[in-house]
Amino acid sequence: MKATTSSATDIRPRSTVDRYLARQRRQRWLIAVTTVATLTTLLIDIATGPGPYPLSAVLHALVLPGEVPRILQVVVWDVRLPVALMAIVVGASLAIAGAEMQTLLNNPLADPFTLGISSAASFGAALAIVLGLGIVPLAGTLLVTGNAFALAMLASLMIWGLSRLRGVSIQTMVLMGIAIMFFFNALLGVLQYVASAQSLQQLVFWSLGSLSKASWTKVGLAMLALLVTLPVFARSHWRLTALRLGDVQAKAMGIDVGRLRLRMLLCCALLSATAVAFVGTIGFVGLVGPHIARLLVGEDQRVFLPMSALTGALILSLTSILSKTLVPGILLPVGILTALIGLPFFVSLILRSRRELWG
Amino acid sequence: MTLTIDRLDCRLGNRRILHGLSGLRARAGEITALIGPNGAGKSTLLKAVAGIEKASGDIVLENRAIGTLSIEQRAGRLYYLPQEIGSRAALNVFEAVLLARRTQVAESPAEAMDAVDQALCSLELDSLAERELAVLSGGQRQRVAIAQAIVRQPRLLMLDEPTSALDLHHQLQVLDYLQRLARRKQLVVVIAIHDLNLAARFADHIWILQSGEHIASGAPGEVLTTERLRQVYAITAHVEWPVDEPPRVTPLAAIRQLGSNNGIA
Ligand SMILES: Nc1ncnc2c1ncn2[C@@H]1O[C@H](COP(=O)(O)OP(=O)(O)OP(=O)(O)O)[C@@H](O)[C@H]1O
Ligand SMILES: [Mg+2]
Repeated sequence: MKATTSSATDIRPRSTVDRYLARQRRQRWLIAVTTVATLTTLLIDIATGPGPYPLSAVLHALVLPGEVPRILQVVVWDVRLPVALMAIVVGASLAIAGAEMQTLLNNPLADPFTLGISSAASFGAALAIVLGLGIVPLAGTLLVTGNAFALAMLASLMIWGLSRLRGVSIQTMVLMGIAIMFFFNALLGVLQYVASAQSLQQLVFWSLGSLSKASWTKVGLAMLALLVTLPVFARSHWRLTALRLGDVQAKAMGIDVGRLRLRMLLCCALLSATAVAFVGTIGFVGLVGPHIARLLVGEDQRVFLPMSALTGALILSLTSILSKTLVPGILLPVGILTALIGLPFFVSLILRSRRELWG
Repeated sequence: MTLTIDRLDCRLGNRRILHGLSGLRARAGEITALIGPNGAGKSTLLKAVAGIEKASGDIVLENRAIGTLSIEQRAGRLYYLPQEIGSRAALNVFEAVLLARRTQVAESPAEAMDAVDQALCSLELDSLAERELAVLSGGQRQRVAIAQAIVRQPRLLMLDEPTSALDLHHQLQVLDYLQRLARRKQLVVVIAIHDLNLAARFADHIWILQSGEHIASGAPGEVLTTERLRQVYAITAHVEWPVDEPPRVTPLAAIRQLGSNNGIA
């Protein structure tokens, strides 16, 4: 560290740089701890479930699949692992989407659900499930995903298009997102009303949010969405952090705020659309994950982004374990659990007040 | 001349805010004060130069026309410090200033951190480095914003009422620092300011704006006259230029506004 010319630094035992480096170490340490915690819950998630398999046997099957009985191999590799990984990938996706939407819209309540992007995706999925209608020419399960994605993009574009109008505040955009949510929920209601008993059941099950339909293909695709968007967010980390200084200051720093919002909202749409399309409606992860991350490491995107992803993954992985163990013998839909656990947790987060963070 | 502004027009909504401002000149190494009543268009002028508000006209900085450049390109040479600093980001002071540096200068992290340290020390902010932005007092927040401005090392620094929330010590400290910085680095510094005592004391040159028009500019001693203050601000005032002391502008009374010549509408 270079010595500064100011005499004030001679009196102080540690320069501001040293103190900042200490904060950075603390942030990295927290990320490391959360990573270990997430990996641990992942293992526990894989080890829990019906069947008389102790942790050691499951670990054995994970490390050396060739040496364990065929049935255990199938349970671990084809049933539990995709579900457990899906929880991680979807939890991370939802939390990242929530974190960035909160950043982009400067609003603590923004996430894929409150802004109607998930409702739009649900409506798209319902079009496929109930009417067999495809917005994009795809077949099979991809039809549901394709529709969900197309509608999620549409909703994001509606929010973004509004932001381009002169004099429209980002608060208005958030209110518009809420209107979009009600709009697509109403359309979804219409489809539910006309749906056959069978597709209605499928739709209800889908919209409760469940990890149990996970497969390697779906995990792979959800992972792909993460791998495509993460570098985009990561490359813009300074600009995203600067957005939280407010639009005028961000513009003064040379940031094309409108273009940044468009690009990043598209990434959020991709993330939330794939997440919702594969696992249905899982609320609160996208809200709570980023809030915990913000409390722990602050909003420097270099640490806020990975920390949000980790807390989201950790929360959904824990929920996945709970869904299997809470009522013995019954697998609860995770979407119900995240709502039940997330709601009081979220309220307490709000009350414990980082109100000062959102002017 | 290193900053020249001519025929600058700016519309916001359907109102014409800047009426073809011409003849605005600012020299490198000097402090130029931008004064005028509320709503005169000071902030709009600075934002137009920074590219934050759309405007038409000729803006030349160091022999280069910047009026047609994008905000990204302009931000490489200039910086505008907004009048309202309302950030509620969960960042501490050091991180906020580092952010300002890293969105501007390409360099190693260590160099960036040293630059931040120096900026914080020169604004007496080093003891606040770990404080969260959200809990800062208004004046502290303003000084952090000034640190963010100087750490970017722009060639043209435009500060919109940078001392409006500062205590007396920091008003003098900040302006004194900016003056030395401008001289040393040969920066063009334009400061919108309402305190005419500070303007008279620190500015080498003054621009007076009224109702979106450039009505006068020149050295403080030329333009800050009792008559001009009556005309621009609708006040009676004493203006004194003691030999061994800073100039004094003492407002005495607000007089009735004459027609609609104050503000735009
Ligand atoms: N977005 C906008 N749309 C329409 N009019 C605007 C807009 N922004 C500012 N104005 C008007 O432009 C005029 C100039 O505003 P500006 O903020 O530049 O004044 P100012 O000289 O900085 O005043 P102050 O001393 O109060 O900061 C004002 O009359 C204001 O009402
Ligand atoms: Mg102003």
